[in-house]
Amino acid sequence: MSERTAGETDVVVVGAGPAGMAAATRAASLGLRVRVVDEQQSPGGQVHRGVTRGDEGVGPRFGDEHLRGRELVRALHASTATVEPGATVFDVDPELGVAVLRDGIAHEIRARHLIVATGAIERAVPFPGWTLPGVMNAGAAQVLLETSACVPSGRVVLAGCGPLLLLVASQLADAGANVVAVVETTGAIDHARALPGLPRALATPATFARGLAWLRALRRHGVERIGGIRSLAAEGAGRVERVLVGVGDRAREIAVDTLLVHAGVVPNPQLARLMRLEHRWDERALAWRPRVDAFGRSSDPRVSVAGDGAGIGGARAAETDGAIAAIDAAHALGAIDARVRARLCAPLLRERRRHLAVRPWLDALYRPPGWLVDPPDAAIVCRCEDVTAGEIRSVARLGVRGPNQAKAYTRCGMGPCQGRVCGTVVTTILARAAGVAPAAVGYYRIRPPLVPVPLAALARMPGGGNRRDERTGGAM
Amino acid sequence: MFRRLAGAKARAEVVIDVDGERVVAREGDTLAAAMLVAGCVPFRASERSGAPRAPLCMIGACFECRVEVDGAGSRRACQVVVVPGMRVRRSRAARPGA
Repeated sequence: MSERTAGETDVVVVGAGPAGMAAATRAASLGLRVRVVDEQQSPGGQVHRGVTRGDEGVGPRFGDEHLRGRELVRALHASTATVEPGATVFDVDPELGVAVLRDGIAHEIRARHLIVATGAIERAVPFPGWTLPGVMNAGAAQVLLETSACVPSGRVVLAGCGPLLLLVASQLADAGANVVAVVETTGAIDHARALPGLPRALATPATFARGLAWLRALRRHGVERIGGIRSLAAEGAGRVERVLVGVGDRAREIAVDTLLVHAGVVPNPQLARLMRLEHRWDERALAWRPRVDAFGRSSDPRVSVAGDGAGIGGARAAETDGAIAAIDAAHALGAIDARVRARLCAPLLRERRRHLAVRPWLDALYRPPGWLVDPPDAAIVCRCEDVTAGEIRSVARLGVRGPNQAKAYTRCGMGPCQGRVCGTVVTTILARAAGVAPAAVGYYRIRPPLVPVPLAALARMPGGGNRRDERTGGAM
Repeated sequence: MFRRLAGAKARAEVVIDVDGERVVAREGDTLAAAMLVAGCVPFRASERSGAPRAPLCMIGACFECRVEVDGAGSRRACQVVVVPGMRVRRSRAARPGA
């Protein structure tokens, strides 16, 4: 085992967003040897993307949040933690050997404790025409604005639900993009459902102030807002040209060059699923989340999950999550006793509750409607293998009960994205088709490698990349 | 598909090659950003239907942006930063005139 271990450390943190940065900084401050592995070129994650490099003043940033990101990066660099940027984890073996691909070269770090801080991905919401070039996630446009200072040319429509939809719409409009309309699924029913959560949410007025500022920006730029839509489709020859929305009993057609879609974010499932951590279906969030305790410890006591990857709470909650997981890891590794853990975690747990106060209201208000999460037959669900919702329903009628069986019948989830995009949707379709709970349907069995790894890189790994996969009994 | 903002801080030009065409990117661009600004769309064609595809997520999850980079296939263009002289190939079906 040890001869193929490139490095050994106390804690490996996967991901350098708010949770990962806070976890690494805190774990290092408690005397642990820490290594952070992050896919991006510099720490920050999706929310504080590239805060320390590049185009300041390009896209409108959101002030205090942006500064917060810089503080986290500064603290991380000032700590004793080692950061590996541009590095992708493609496997974790049962002995916590973390296999990393960086610049085409693979290496392994052996961890005593693992903190998974891989954040969230935008929920995929298949609808007819969403595979056309010109249809993108709203978050994708934000990445392009913030890292390359570019905006979609031509007419832009944003569709779906959630705070990010409004944020990106206002960012793009402020930057000079021609944002024609924001089309939301959110309507009167959602506002009514969310109402009970409002008093607690109002305890964090800063959240509302930000949201109102985005809405003011949209009004200022003359962006049309259409609410409570009941259907969504894109059409065009070779690329998107029109978006069709159902409003009440009418259909509206809007000419577009770019259609940006968003329906909230869900925990990035890959690493937690690869390690066979226990998950539960969160019906409020319509998503899977790994089962963790108050400290973020998963069903594997050597593994913690912190931040949005454990359940969506936003950047500030993720930060406190990261620090809590680090303190708990220090306890797990014998660096501090339970009393010290309790003392250090108490203020963080209180802070975390405060940051989460807005979630019940937000989650209820921006819950994607059934027609969006359980798409029509014609919609392609698995983009890698071109499998439609109708094909998945037809195998469900044959008695297929789970995503892995559906994969064997239809190839859905078999492509290079390994179900990252379609996983949650396939669970939902199968559960609703059979009239059972999503928990009874389950999820894809995720296998290594998580990303394509050149054979040469594996061969040059110490030990020849001969990684046994004891979960399946075979070699990778 | 995308256009560079006029007021953006100027970064050094990076010249790459996409299917034999000269594409001028900016330092720090991901390959996907450079291709979207240059109009190199689609990025690929569906292996099953032949339908054109372009990036969906830009965070490395969807694999819709995969292209060949300097001879290595299936690289996610959104996770690759441009370097001078980079040679990029789209699948034959995705190239202009295909």
